[in-house]
Amino acid sequence: MAATLQISRGALRIKMKSNRQILLEARSVSKSFKKNDHQEHLVFGDLNLMLHEHEIVVLLGKSGSGKSTLLRIIAGLIKPSKGEVLYRNQPAGGPLQGLSMVFQSFALLPWLTVLQNVELGLEAQGIPKAERRQRALRAIDIIGMDGFESAYPKELSGGMCQRVGFARALVVNPEILLMDEPFSALDVLTADNLRSDLLDLWQSDKTNIKTIVLVTHNIEEAAKLADRIIIFGTDPGGIKAELSVEVAHPRNSQSQAFHDLVEEIYMLLTAPRQTKTSGVIKPRIIDFTYRLPKAEISELTGLLETLIAPEYAGKIELAQLAEELLLGVNDLFPLTEALEILRFATISGGDIELTEIGRQFAEADILQRKKIFAGQLLNFVPLARHVRQVLDERPRHKASEDRFLEELEDHLSVEVSEEVLKVVIDWGRYAELFAYDYNKGILSLEDPT
Amino acid sequence: MLNTFSKEETNIRPSFNRWDFLALLLILGGFCVLAWGAKQMASPYELGEPIIIQLSPDHLAYYSLRTVLRMFIALIFSLLFTFVFGTMAAKNKTLGRLIIPAIDVMQSVPVLGFLSISVVGFIKLFPNNLLGPECAAIFAIFTSQVWNIALSFYQSLCTVPKNLHEVATVFQLSAWQKFWRVEVPFAMPGLLWNTMISMSAGWFFVVAAEAISVANQTITLPGIGSYIALAVSKGNSLAVFYAVIAMFLVILIYDQFLFRPLTGWAVKFSFQEIEEETSSWIVNFFHRTQLLRHVPVFLEKLTDVFINADFFRYQVKNKSIKINRSFKRSIQFCWYAALIVITSVVLYVSAQFIVLNVSWHEVQHVLLLGLITGLRIIILVMLCALVWVPIGVWIGLRPGWVSCVRPVIQFLAAFPANLLFPAFVILIIKYQLNVEVWTSPLFILGTQWYILFNVIVGASALPKDLYEAVGNMQVKGWLWWKRLALPGIFPYLLTGIITAAGGAWNASILAEAVNWAGVKLYATGLGAYIAIATDRGEFPELALGISVMCLYVLVVNRILWRPLYKLAEERYALK
Repeated sequence: MAATLQISRGALRIKMKSNRQILLEARSVSKSFKKNDHQEHLVFGDLNLMLHEHEIVVLLGKSGSGKSTLLRIIAGLIKPSKGEVLYRNQPAGGPLQGLSMVFQSFALLPWLTVLQNVELGLEAQGIPKAERRQRALRAIDIIGMDGFESAYPKELSGGMCQRVGFARALVVNPEILLMDEPFSALDVLTADNLRSDLLDLWQSDKTNIKTIVLVTHNIEEAAKLADRIIIFGTDPGGIKAELSVEVAHPRNSQSQAFHDLVEEIYMLLTAPRQTKTSGVIKPRIIDFTYRLPKAEISELTGLLETLIAPEYAGKIELAQLAEELLLGVNDLFPLTEALEILRFATISGGDIELTEIGRQFAEADILQRKKIFAGQLLNFVPLARHVRQVLDERPRHKASEDRFLEELEDHLSVEVSEEVLKVVIDWGRYAELFAYDYNKGILSLEDPT
Repeated sequence: MLNTFSKEETNIRPSFNRWDFLALLLILGGFCVLAWGAKQMASPYELGEPIIIQLSPDHLAYYSLRTVLRMFIALIFSLLFTFVFGTMAAKNKTLGRLIIPAIDVMQSVPVLGFLSISVVGFIKLFPNNLLGPECAAIFAIFTSQVWNIALSFYQSLCTVPKNLHEVATVFQLSAWQKFWRVEVPFAMPGLLWNTMISMSAGWFFVVAAEAISVANQTITLPGIGSYIALAVSKGNSLAVFYAVIAMFLVILIYDQFLFRPLTGWAVKFSFQEIEEETSSWIVNFFHRTQLLRHVPVFLEKLTDVFINADFFRYQVKNKSIKINRSFKRSIQFCWYAALIVITSVVLYVSAQFIVLNVSWHEVQHVLLLGLITGLRIIILVMLCALVWVPIGVWIGLRPGWVSCVRPVIQFLAAFPANLLFPAFVILIIKYQLNVEVWTSPLFILGTQWYILFNVIVGASALPKDLYEAVGNMQVKGWLWWKRLALPGIFPYLLTGIITAAGGAWNASILAEAVNWAGVKLYATGLGAYIAIATDRGEFPELALGISVMCLYVLVVNRILWRPLYKLAEERYALK
C-alpha cells in the first residue's frame, strides 16, 4: 500500500495504534432470550470486544447475528445474561454519560421541533434553558441544519431527520458514538452524502468523540468507514472474524485496495466457522429444524438465470454479484444460502459457482424446472421430505399445519417456526409437492379447488 | 384518518383468562354487596328542600349550564383516573392483569345501574345537602366516560414504539420526564379522540342521570335532564322542543370552541400524514390577536418547569439493589392469598344477598328477559345494517359527499337520543301501537350512526385500484356486493355493529320503560326490569338485573364479537 504523507488526524491515528487507550471493554458477554419456561435461545456466548480511542469500529453481519444486540448491550439498553461491560475500567450498569446513539429509524419525537428534539438530552441532564439552547443551536449548525430549528420532523426528509438525530447525539458531548444502521433507511445518494459528512466531522476537531461504533449490513459502507471490522456470524451467532483496515481516508471505491478489502470481507462472511481450508468443499447438510433462509422462488430463479449468462459462465465473485444486482448482504445472502442448501450452487473463497443441476434448472422450461426443484427439495430439505412423508402416510392425505408447527416449536421459537414452515410451504407449493389451504391451515396432496 | 370511530381508535379488548373470571366475580359480587348496603341505607330520609323545576325557556339556559358543568367535572375525574390507573396498569404487569379485565367488566355494566346503587350512598355521605345527589349524577356520568378513555390510554402506553423507549433510556430521561415527554404525547391523539367520543356518549347519560328516581322518591337536579323529565311527565311538547334546541346549541358550542381547536392541536402528535385540513375559525381568530398569542409561550415555560423539576431527574444508581428472589415470591404469595380471601368473602356475601332475597324462579325469569332484550338488539342492529350499508357505501364512494356528510353524522351521534324519545312515545300512545315492537327503534336511535359512520369510512378506504379493477371486469349487481363491497367494508361494519350493540344495551334501560304525561309503557325485557326495580327501590332485584345484563354483554362479546373481529382482521383486512 502506498505510503501517505498526509498529516491528517486520520493518518496520525493509524500510526498511534499500538499505544491506544482502551475506552470500553465487553468481557465474556453472552446474551440469551427466553423462549419459554424451559428453553433459551442463545444469541451469542462468551464474546470479548475492546474499543480503543481514535478508531471507527464497524460491526458487520446478517440480521440475527447479534450485532444490534451487542450494540444495545454496550449502550446499556439491554443487560447481558453473563459477563460485564467496563467503561474506563469501571463497571457500567446502565446507560452511560459518555455514550450517545443514533438510530436506524431516526427516532425523533414527532411532537417536538428540531430544536426541542436536539435539546432533549440536555434537558434530561438538567442543564438550564439558556445554555441548552446555545449548545443545541451550535450542534444544529455543525451538522448543517441551520434554519430548520422550528421545523417539525414531519416536514423533513429522511436525510434531514437523520442529521437531526446526529445533532441530538452530538450535543451531549459523548466520547463514544454508537450508530445502529444509521444510513440504511436512506436512499443511496443521501446516505453517501451523510457518510462523507460524518467522516469530515470525525477528522475535524469540532467534537469530543473518541470512538465510533457502527452497526451495518452494508459491506461497502463498512469498507468505506471502518478502521476495524468485526464480522458476525449466524448459527451460532457471535464474532466470526476481525479485520483491521489500513487504507487511509478518503477511500476511493474504485481503487484496487478498496476492491481487495471488499473481497476479503465477503470471504470472511461466507467462510465456515473453523476457517481451516481443507481443499474439499463440503456441502452443507442441514437438519429438519434448520432456520431456512427466506428466499422467493422468483428470486432464486432469477439469480440462477443471471449466473448462467455467458459473461459469467456459471461462476462469479460474490462482491461482483452484489454490485451487479445492487443487493446488500441482507438480500443476497439468503438467496445464496438457499441455492447452497438446494445444491444449485456452491460457495467457496468468496465465489459462487453453479452446480450441474443448477445449470440444468436454469436452462429448463417452467414445467421441467418444477420437477427438478421438487427433486432437490425432497432430497436436501428434511422438513419438506418430512411433510411429504406424513401426507403420504395418512389415509386421507391431509395434515394441519399446527402439527408441524408443534414439532418445530420444540426446537425453535414460535415466530421462527412459523417462518420456516412458511418457506417450506411456499417452496413445496411451487414444486407441486403438496397443496395448502390458507384459511383452514391444512396441507394436503389434493388439487387445490 | 383522524376523525373515525373506526377500529384503530376504539379499544382492543384483552383476551379472556382466569383474571377476567376473577375480575368478573369480584365486580359482580361487589355490586351485590353495594346493593345490599344500599338497601340497608334506604330508610326514609328527607332532603334539604324539594327542588322545583321551571318549564320556561329562560331557566333552560341556567339548566344547560349546570348540565355542562356536571359533564366537565366528570371528565376531569375521568382523566385523573386514567392517568393514575391507566399508567399503573401499563407499568406494572401484575396490576395490569387485574385492572384491565376489571375495566373491561365495568364497561359492560349498564351505567344507570351504577346510578341507582350509588345515589343512596352519596346522599348519606352528604346529608341534607344537594351535594349528595350531585355527586351521584357526576359519578354516573364518570362511569359512562372513563372506561373508554382509560383503556385507550393503556393501549397507547403499551404500544409506544420501541425506538422511542430506547431514545429515552440512552439520553437518560427519568421516568417522570419520559412520561410527559414521550408517553403522554404519544397517547394524546387516542386520548383526545376517545374523550370526544365519551363526551358524546355522556350527554345521553347526563340527561338520564339528573332525574334520579330511586326508592319511590324522585330527586331532580337542576339541569336539562330534569327539565325534560318534567316536561315528559306533564306532556308539554313545547318544552321538549325547547330542550332539543338547547341541546343542539350546547353541542354546537362545545364542538366549535373546544374540540375542533383541540383536534387541530393534536395533529402535531400523530405519526401519520394529515389527510385533511382541520381548520378552526377559533384558532385562526386567536392567531390574529396580539396579547393572547403569548399565552401558549407562557404555558410552555410552565410545562418546562413542571417536567424538568430537579426532584424528578434521573439519578445514576451506584449500586443496584438486588431483591432477594424468595422475598419476591413471598410477596406474590401474599398478594394472591389476599385476592383469594377477598374474592371468597365478596362471593359469599353477594350469594347470600341474592339467594336470600330473590327466588330461583325470579332468576330464571330475569335470564329469559335478558334473552328477549338481547334478541331485540341483534335483530335491530341487523336491520340497521341492512338499511345503512347501501347508503353508507354509496356515500363513501363519493368523496365530495363524504366531507359534507361526516360532520352531520358526528353531530347526530353526539346528540342524546333520549331527547327524541317523547316523539315516539306520543305516537305510540296516540295510535295504540304495540309497545313490544315499537319501543325497539328507540334502542338504536342514537347508536345507528356508528354503523353508518363506519360503513362510510370503510367504503372510502377501499383502494381505488380494486374498485377500478372490478369495474373493468363488468361486475355488477349482487355479485359486486358479494365480492367487493361487503368483504371490503367488513372490518369497519363489524366495528360499527359492535359499538352500536354496546350502546343499545345501555339504551334499553331507558327505551323499554317510557312514559308520557303520566302514561307509563313497559316492554318485556331486561331494561324494563331494571327500570322498574330502580323505580320501586327493590335493590336485590336491581342487583340481579344488572348482573344478568353485564353477564349477557360479556358473553355475547366473547362468543360472538371477538371471533368475528378476529376473522375480520385476518381475512378481510386490506394490507
